[in-house]
Amino acid sequence: MATMNILILVCLGYVVLLFGVAFAADRMAAAGRGRWLRSPLIYTLSLSIYCTAWTFYGAVGSAARSGLEFVTIYLGPTLVMISWWWGLRKLVRVGRSQRVTSIADLISSRYGKSNTLAICVTILAVLGGTPYIALQLQSITLSFSIFAEADPSGLYREGASVFWVAAGLAVFAILFGTRNLDANERHHGVVTAIALESVVKLFALLAVGIFVVWGIAGGVTPMMERIDASEIGRWNVDAGRWMTITFLSAAAFVCLPRMFQVMVVENDDEAHLRTAAWAFPLYLLLMSLFVVPIAVVGLDLLPAGSNPDLFVLTVPLSQGNDWLAMLSFIGGFSSATSMVIVTAMALSTMVSNHVVMPIWLNTRERRSSISGDVRNVVLMARRISIAAIMALGFFYYRLSGGGAALASIGLVAFAGISQILPALVGGLFWRGATRTGALVGLSVGFGLWVYTLLLPGMGGGIMSASVIENGPFGMGWLRPQALFGLEGLDPMTHTVLWSLSLNALAFCVASLLSFPSPLERLQGAQFVNVFDHSVAPGGWTGSVAQSEDLMIMTQRILGAAPAQEFFQAEAERQGVRGRLPEPTPGFLERLERELSGSVGAATAHAMIGQIVGGSSVSVEDLLAVADESAQLLEYSSQLEAKSAELTRTARKLREANEKLTQISMQKDAFLGQVSHELRTPMTSIRAFSEIMRDTDGLSADETRRYATIIHDEALRLTRLLDDLLDLSVLENGQVNLNMGEASLRTVLDRAVSTALAGAERRLKVRRSLPSERVALHTDLDRLGQVFINLISNAQKYCDAAEPTLTISAHDVGGQLVIDFVDNGSGVPADAQSMVFEKFARVGFDKAGGAGLGLAICREIMQRLGGEIVYLPGQGGAAFRVSLPLAHRQAAQ
Amino acid sequence: MSRKVLLIEDEPNITEAIRFLLTREGWVVETHAEGGNAVETILAARPDLVILDVMLPGKSGMDVLRELREHADMKALPVLMLTARGQSRDREMAEKAGVSRFMTKPFSNVEVLTAVRDLYAQASRS
Repeated sequence: MATMNILILVCLGYVVLLFGVAFAADRMAAAGRGRWLRSPLIYTLSLSIYCTAWTFYGAVGSAARSGLEFVTIYLGPTLVMISWWWGLRKLVRVGRSQRVTSIADLISSRYGKSNTLAICVTILAVLGGTPYIALQLQSITLSFSIFAEADPSGLYREGASVFWVAAGLAVFAILFGTRNLDANERHHGVVTAIALESVVKLFALLAVGIFVVWGIAGGVTPMMERIDASEIGRWNVDAGRWMTITFLSAAAFVCLPRMFQVMVVENDDEAHLRTAAWAFPLYLLLMSLFVVPIAVVGLDLLPAGSNPDLFVLTVPLSQGNDWLAMLSFIGGFSSATSMVIVTAMALSTMVSNHVVMPIWLNTRERRSSISGDVRNVVLMARRISIAAIMALGFFYYRLSGGGAALASIGLVAFAGISQILPALVGGLFWRGATRTGALVGLSVGFGLWVYTLLLPGMGGGIMSASVIENGPFGMGWLRPQALFGLEGLDPMTHTVLWSLSLNALAFCVASLLSFPSPLERLQGAQFVNVFDHSVAPGGWTGSVAQSEDLMIMTQRILGAAPAQEFFQAEAERQGVRGRLPEPTPGFLERLERELSGSVGAATAHAMIGQIVGGSSVSVEDLLAVADESAQLLEYSSQLEAKSAELTRTARKLREANEKLTQISMQKDAFLGQVSHELRTPMTSIRAFSEIMRDTDGLSADETRRYATIIHDEALRLTRLLDDLLDLSVLENGQVNLNMGEASLRTVLDRAVSTALAGAERRLKVRRSLPSERVALHTDLDRLGQVFINLISNAQKYCDAAEPTLTISAHDVGGQLVIDFVDNGSGVPADAQSMVFEKFARVGFDKAGGAGLGLAICREIMQRLGGEIVYLPGQGGAAFRVSLPLAHRQAAQ
Repeated sequence: MSRKVLLIEDEPNITEAIRFLLTREGWVVETHAEGGNAVETILAARPDLVILDVMLPGKSGMDVLRELREHADMKALPVLMLTARGQSRDREMAEKAGVSRFMTKPFSNVEVLTAVRDLYAQASRS
C-alpha cells in the first residue's frame, strides 16, 4: 500500500487548498466583494474551532473510557449559547465598541487600561495555550503514526513531520493573521479557512459515524442494541465531575483566547450571534451524534489495549476502508490546524500588544524619541510572537515526550483560562468592579490553579510526591489536592471549586475595598451600560453610499469645493471612475488626517468611525473630543470676551466722539456768543467815534452824550474780557484759593456796599444780622464776588416798584445756607434751569454784564466746595448759596 | 415823499447811532427792539428798507426774514442784515433766507450809508 505517501500528498494538497481559500477570501474582502464571507453561517462555522483535535479524537476516547462524560464538553458551550445569548451579545458589543483586540485587551480596557492586568491575562493564556497547542501537534503525530504502522515503507518520520506541521501552521498564521496592522480588522482569509475546516471535520466525523452505524452495525436498531449491551450504555454519572466539566467548558468557551478571537474580534455583525445561538449547538449535536456508536464499535472490533482516542481512524482502517480513514485523518488534521492557527494569532496579538510593544517603546524612549513608522515594528512583533508561540508549543510537545499526560491537558487549560471569568463577567455587569479586585482575584485563582492542578499534574518530579501526599513542610491542610482538608473530590473538581470560588470572592472583596480611578469608572460605565451608549454596529460594507456620507460630512467641515477636490484626487489615485473613491483604509486614513486639521484628531477619528467603522465611539475618543471641545469653548469664550471688550471700547469711543462733537458745538456756540458780545460794544464805539469825527456842528450835549456811550461800551468790553478770563481760569481749575477768616456779616457788608456803589436806582437790602454771626473759613474775595454778583443782579433786574432784596442765613442740614430773594417777578420757570449757563441772559434786560456772572458764580461755589442754585417759588428771583459746615465755625 | 427805514435792533446804542446817520440822510427812522412781533411791525409800517439784526430777543433775525419773504408783497423789500457773530455759516443762511445785503459788525458808518443808498436805488429802479 502506498497509503502513507498518498496521505502526505493529500495532506499537502489540503494545506494548499487552505492557503488558496484564505488568499482568495482576503482578496475578495479587500475588493469589497463576497458578502457571504460575512454571513452568519461563516461566523457559526468559525465558532466551531471550539472543537479541536481533542474533541475530534478525544471525545470517542473519552466515551470509550468514561461513558457519556464527553457530553459535558459540548453541554457547556450549548448552555452558554442558548441561555446566555444576551451576555455574549454584550461581550461582542463591548468588544466592538471599544475596538478590543483580545481578551487581555478587554480586561485591561475595562479596568482603566491597566497593562499589568493585560500581562497577567496574557501569561495565563500563554501558559494554558502552549500545552494545548502541543496537544494538537500530538494528535497529528499520533494519527500519522497510525498510518505509518500500516505502511512502514512511507516517507514518514515522526520528528520531522511535527516540525514541518508546526512551521507550516506558523507560516499560515503569519501570512493571513498579520496582513494588516489593525488587529480589530477582520481576518477574512483565516476565518473562511476555519469555516472550511469546520465543514471538513464535521463531514469526516459524520462519514465515519454513518459507516459505523450502517456499514458495520447494520442500521440504527442493531446499533442501539450494541450500545445497550456495552459498558458505555450504563448511566454512570459522577454528578460533581459532570457539573464541574460542564461549567468549565462553558467558562472556557467564553474565556479562551481563540474563542474570543472568533466570537468577538472577528465578529462582523451582532445579529450573527442570533443565528449562532441555535446553529452552533446544532453543530455540536452533530459532532457528538456518532461518538458513542464509534466508541462502542471500536471497543468491539479492535483488540483490547488499542488507543480509543484513535478509534475514528483505526475503525475504518481495520475494515480496509483506507479512503474513509484518510478523510477522517483530514478531519482531525483540520481540527488541529484551525485551533493552532487561531490560538497562535490570538496569543501573538496579546503578547505583542501587551508585552513586546510596551517594552520596545520604553527602551526606545530612553534612547531617542519615537519617530517614523511604528507599524512595521508592530507587525514584526506580532509575527515573531506567532513563531515564538508555535515554537513554544513544539518544544513543549518534544519535552513532554507526547505522553499520556497530554490527554488531560485540555481540561487543565480550561481550568486555568477560566480564572479570567470573574473579572470578565464582573467587568461586564458590575460597575463596582475595580482593577485591584481583578488583579487580586486573578492572582488568587491563578495561584491556586498552578498549585493544586498544574504542578501536581505535570509529573516529572516538578512537585515532589511528599508534598502532594503530606502538604508543603508537612502542613496537611495545604495538600495541593485536598486544600483546607477538603478530601475525596476529583482533583479537577477540587481545583475548580477552590480556585474559582476564592478568585470570585477575592475579586469582590478587593473591588469593594478599593477605589477606582476616574478612567476605570468611565470605562466601567461604558462596559456595563454599553447598550445605552453605543448603537448596534452595522457591517463595514465599503459601499458607495458610505463614500457619499463621507463626502457630505467632509463638505460640511472643509467646505464644498475643497472637499470635492480632495475626493476627486483620491478617486483618480484609485483609478475609480466618477467622483467618489472607494472607502479603502488608505483613503480613510488620508481623509482623517485632512479632517483633523480642521476639527481635531479625536473628532475626525470619531466622525469617520461613526460612518465607516461601524464601531461606536470609545470613551477615550469621547474624552478627546470633549477636550477639543473644551479648548474650542475656551477659545470662543475668549473671543466672546474680546468681542464684548471691543463693543465696550466702541461704545466708549462713540460716546467720547459724541461728547467731543457736543463740546465742539458748544465751543462754536460759545465763540459765536463771545464774538457777538465783543462786536456789539465795538460797533457802538466805532459808530459814535466816526460820528464825532465826521460830523460838524455837534452840540456840546451831543458830544458829551456820545463820548459817554463810547466810554460805557469800552468799560463793558473790559468787564466782558475780565469775566471771560475769570471763567476760563475757574473752569480750568487753575484758580488758587486764597483762604481767609471773617464773619459772614463782614463779607456781606463789603459786598452790599460794592454792588450798590454808584447805582442810579435805589435797592433796599434787608438783612437779619444775628443769623450772620457766622465765622467763615474760605476764600473771602471769591465768596464776596458771588455775593456782589447776586446783589447787583437784583439791583439791575428786579422790576418791582420798590425793589427790595432780602438776605438771610440758615443752618440747613449741616450746611450754611444764604438766600438772596428779591421782590421782582423773578425768572420765568422755563428759563430757571438756564440761568447758570454762559450768556444765558434769559428775559433780562441787557443793560449789565455779558451774561457770564452766574456762570462764574457757579464755578466759584464749586471751587469753594458749596453750590449755588435757583430757588423756585419764592415770589421774586431767588438764589441760594450753600457752603459745607466744615468751613463754618461756632458763632462769635 | 419821505423814505422810511425800519430798524430792528435790540442794542440801544447801535440803534441811536444808525438813527443819527440815516436821519441826516433824510430817512424817516422807525425802530423796533425785539424779534417776537417784528414781522407784524414791518407789515404794518410798510418801510422802504429794513435794517435787521440777527441776534434778537424773542425771535432770531433769520426767522424774521424767512417769514417776511413768505408774504408775496414783501419779496422785493430791501433788507440789510447786521450780525455780530461773524461766522460764515450765518452769511449763507441769510442768503438762503433772502437777504439783500449782509454786513458784519462793527461796520463803518460809510459802509452802512452806501449800502442803504445802493439798496434804495436798486429798489426804486425795479
